[in-house]
Amino acid sequence: MTTLLILTVLVLVAIAIWQMTKIFELSQLKAETSKAQIANDSDNKTNGYLLFAFLIFIYGITIFSFAKYTKILLPEAASAHGGEYDTLMWVSFAIIFFVQTITQALLHYFGYKYRGEEGKKALFYADNDRLEFIWTIIPVIVLAGLIIWGLYSWTNIMDVNEEDDPLIVELYAQQFNWTARYGGNDNVLGDASVRLIDIDRANVLGLDESDPNAADDVIVKELHLPVGRKVNFKMRSQDVLHSAYMPHFRAQMNCVPGMITQFSFTPTITTEAMRLNPDVVDKVQRTNAIRAERAAQGLPNSDPWEFDYVLLCNKICGKSHYNMQLKIIVETEEEFNKWMSEQGTFAETVMVEDDATTQAFNVVDAAQPAVEEVSSED
Amino acid sequence: MSSVTEHTHVDDHADDHGHHHKETFITKYIFSQDHKMIAKQYLITGVLVMGFIGIAMSLMFRMQLAWPGESFSVFEAFLGKWAPEGVMDADVYLALITMHGTIMVFFVLTAGLSGTFSNLLIPLQIGARDMASGFLNMLSYWMFFVSTVIMVISLFVEAGPAAAGWTIYPPLSALPMAQPGSGMGMTLWLVSMAIFIASSLLGSLNYIVTVINLRTKGMSMTRLPLTIWAFFVTAIIGVISFPVLLSAALLLIMDRSFGTSFFLSDIFIQGEVLHYQGGSPVLYEHLFWFLGHPEVYIVLLPALGITSEVMSTNARKPIFGYRAMVASILAIAFLSTIVWGHHMFISGMNPFLGSVFTFTTLLIAIPSAVKAFNYITTLWKGNLQLNPAMLFSIGLVSTFITGGLTGIILGDSTLDINVHDTYFVVAHFHLVMGISALYGLFAGVYHWFPKMFYGRMMNKNLGYIHFWVTAICAYGVFFPMHFVGMAGVPRRYYENTAFPMFDELTDVQVLMTVFALIAGAAQLIFVYNFISSVFYGKKGPQNPWNSNTLEWTAPQEHMHGNWPGKIPEVHRWAYDYSKTYENGEYIIAGQDFVPQDVPLQESEEEMHH
Repeated sequence: MTTLLILTVLVLVAIAIWQMTKIFELSQLKAETSKAQIANDSDNKTNGYLLFAFLIFIYGITIFSFAKYTKILLPEAASAHGGEYDTLMWVSFAIIFFVQTITQALLHYFGYKYRGEEGKKALFYADNDRLEFIWTIIPVIVLAGLIIWGLYSWTNIMDVNEEDDPLIVELYAQQFNWTARYGGNDNVLGDASVRLIDIDRANVLGLDESDPNAADDVIVKELHLPVGRKVNFKMRSQDVLHSAYMPHFRAQMNCVPGMITQFSFTPTITTEAMRLNPDVVDKVQRTNAIRAERAAQGLPNSDPWEFDYVLLCNKICGKSHYNMQLKIIVETEEEFNKWMSEQGTFAETVMVEDDATTQAFNVVDAAQPAVEEVSSED
Repeated sequence: MSSVTEHTHVDDHADDHGHHHKETFITKYIFSQDHKMIAKQYLITGVLVMGFIGIAMSLMFRMQLAWPGESFSVFEAFLGKWAPEGVMDADVYLALITMHGTIMVFFVLTAGLSGTFSNLLIPLQIGARDMASGFLNMLSYWMFFVSTVIMVISLFVEAGPAAAGWTIYPPLSALPMAQPGSGMGMTLWLVSMAIFIASSLLGSLNYIVTVINLRTKGMSMTRLPLTIWAFFVTAIIGVISFPVLLSAALLLIMDRSFGTSFFLSDIFIQGEVLHYQGGSPVLYEHLFWFLGHPEVYIVLLPALGITSEVMSTNARKPIFGYRAMVASILAIAFLSTIVWGHHMFISGMNPFLGSVFTFTTLLIAIPSAVKAFNYITTLWKGNLQLNPAMLFSIGLVSTFITGGLTGIILGDSTLDINVHDTYFVVAHFHLVMGISALYGLFAGVYHWFPKMFYGRMMNKNLGYIHFWVTAICAYGVFFPMHFVGMAGVPRRYYENTAFPMFDELTDVQVLMTVFALIAGAAQLIFVYNFISSVFYGKKGPQNPWNSNTLEWTAPQEHMHGNWPGKIPEVHRWAYDYSKTYENGEYIIAGQDFVPQDVPLQESEEEMHH
């Protein structure tokens, strides 16, 4: 399909060039008048037709893209607010495509229809208050609707509160990896500051050891979330700006050194269930076909893939920005509790001088980024 | 507005310009104070040289995106040690996108576009001998030149040029240990931009003063061509917002070099805690976007102004809704200064502020829509002369609509959450401001080339090929890109191989890169056409497009002072194309246009206001 499109384009370009040279030759015959480089009737005709063809091209590339690329879009939203997000998105798109189709048609059709001819008289038409009013007021009404709807959703999404017993999770960003911290049994995060970071004692997030809330905090490298329970994220960064981007949940918030930012959502689909979503099943199949092909050629990044939610960094943060990720697993309450009970608390880990832990966090050697970690996973 | 002083001004200079002081090579071509020469200097430095560098960079990183990790001899040739064995390094990828953004936005589309056409057209179209201050104008160009040189030098420093993205958000840009590009490269970037801003301010002040004070007799504000309105308002936005960027740059320089904490706080990097306390990167974002957003319109408005003029001339019709066009320019200018927060919906800024910015941002869609509709109506029932400049103008309206519409999604704080900083944004702003502004620039070059180069014309057939290949490829690159963004691919990723979910998007990347390479090649046609026409282009008529504006009443040969005798007096607006008497006869028999310096005829009505 891609090759076909490229070929079509090349053919169109070739036709265009051929037409141009023809006109060029024709214009040569008329000797070098001083008006040789000004469009004449034949130029107007050719380019008028080309404008019409270009309209078809715009429609064509739109249809092509929709036909071919709709399947690569993100699957169904996996969070409570995501459904409304997607609806608003599609309504906006519907409006956009309606306007796009009509305005491009008018623009290019007029270009074709009113192409110049010697002696034709244009209409002196300088103003029309009613028309101006119409196309001012229509955008006003449509945009007002979108604004009100958007702001209503925005207020709901950004209202981070403590109602409904949310799970409190800290997302901690650094060049070039993520760490998650849970409040533990009390669901309260202990105080932390970068000034308290002590690599030697494995206190890599700078937790305040004197804060009683910190002792039961759980620090992990894989984000587990119970399905159906609201999660309040508190984002921190220790070095530069990062952005915690969780596309499947329609969620994103920057992580800013010096302040704590927040985002909140309720995951609604477990990883297991999402893997069975027909769109995801298809995507995994297509992807694994690509990967199998790569494996056959002995290329890297060729292991079979199983779908997982993922947290990406979406704010330029340095060399390995492109590979700063954290796996997210949404599971049932029981599975989550079981997993949680297997994790060590801050109190249990902080005193232990464990080389393995220090290495896992890979803080000191930021110049040697996470690339190697991943390739070893592969 | 035609006051007594303007009267005397016109007369005084008329006598003044027969004789002339001797011009040496240096005063004529290098340290020239003549606005026409300065315009050409901007065009060559800003557009041709910097544009070439900026576009070449984009082609290189597009190749890396399509064929990640592949070895290319071009990389080895141009990137040297940053592309060991021809494979692009991740740091240099970031440097390339950063410099591409910086060069294209500031050097090509701000200085190149405004610098060229404001300088060329303001005096010629308002009927002035030159800018209000020729000296400041010269100074403005040479400061721009110095900033260009520094920016180019920064490409060659040991650790590489700035690489924190063209927005250079601290702390990444502030801490040399955060990435190699934040060392000497970033220092030079900041110095270069500080000089650039000073240059831009000098230029803008000059444009404003010239438009206000030096209009010829009869040239009231409501008779100004829309080009001048656009340049005038652009200059005002520049004066309002560029100083804020300067303050951001200065504070960042302080943080980097003198240990202050304006933008930095609580940082632990490379195994140690830094002393910074109490600053906020969000403050930097506010300062940056206070310029950054108006900057979009600084880039776009001149292009729209050029389009208005070119489209009206070639449609042989008045621009539809002149007053609405002026009003929308003013509305866009005003609103552009209060929408910056839509770049920061998820920056950690208070969500209520996000609501306010959503509101103002979607408001700005209204004047933009009015402009688009007015352009379309201008074409209706015209007698369209499809010159290359006209095609680029139509192309501009097309990409302006396509790119502008997706702004409805990005300006909506809710919808922004999931597409923020993805390829969706990249696609949006490239179409609406990048490609559109470039089309405006090309339209301007094709249209006013005879004015710049003594009546010589560019080859139209090469122009047609240039346009059609570019038009197809621009959509080919940026239309599919929206889908990549909606699939969740973040921008500024060196490669997308670390996420299996993006594997199947590699095909799209290849498609976009192929289109980009063809588009890049098509620009060489333009460069060839430009250079060969400068030297060998055939002279056309004095007023090749049968245009109404004053610049075409000036002789083809350049002279200091623009007109040999008196400055023409203006009697009408610039858009009396195809105007007829009630009996259907043209105002001037046999000619479908009435230049601005032609007095109102008997029984003719002045219709536009």
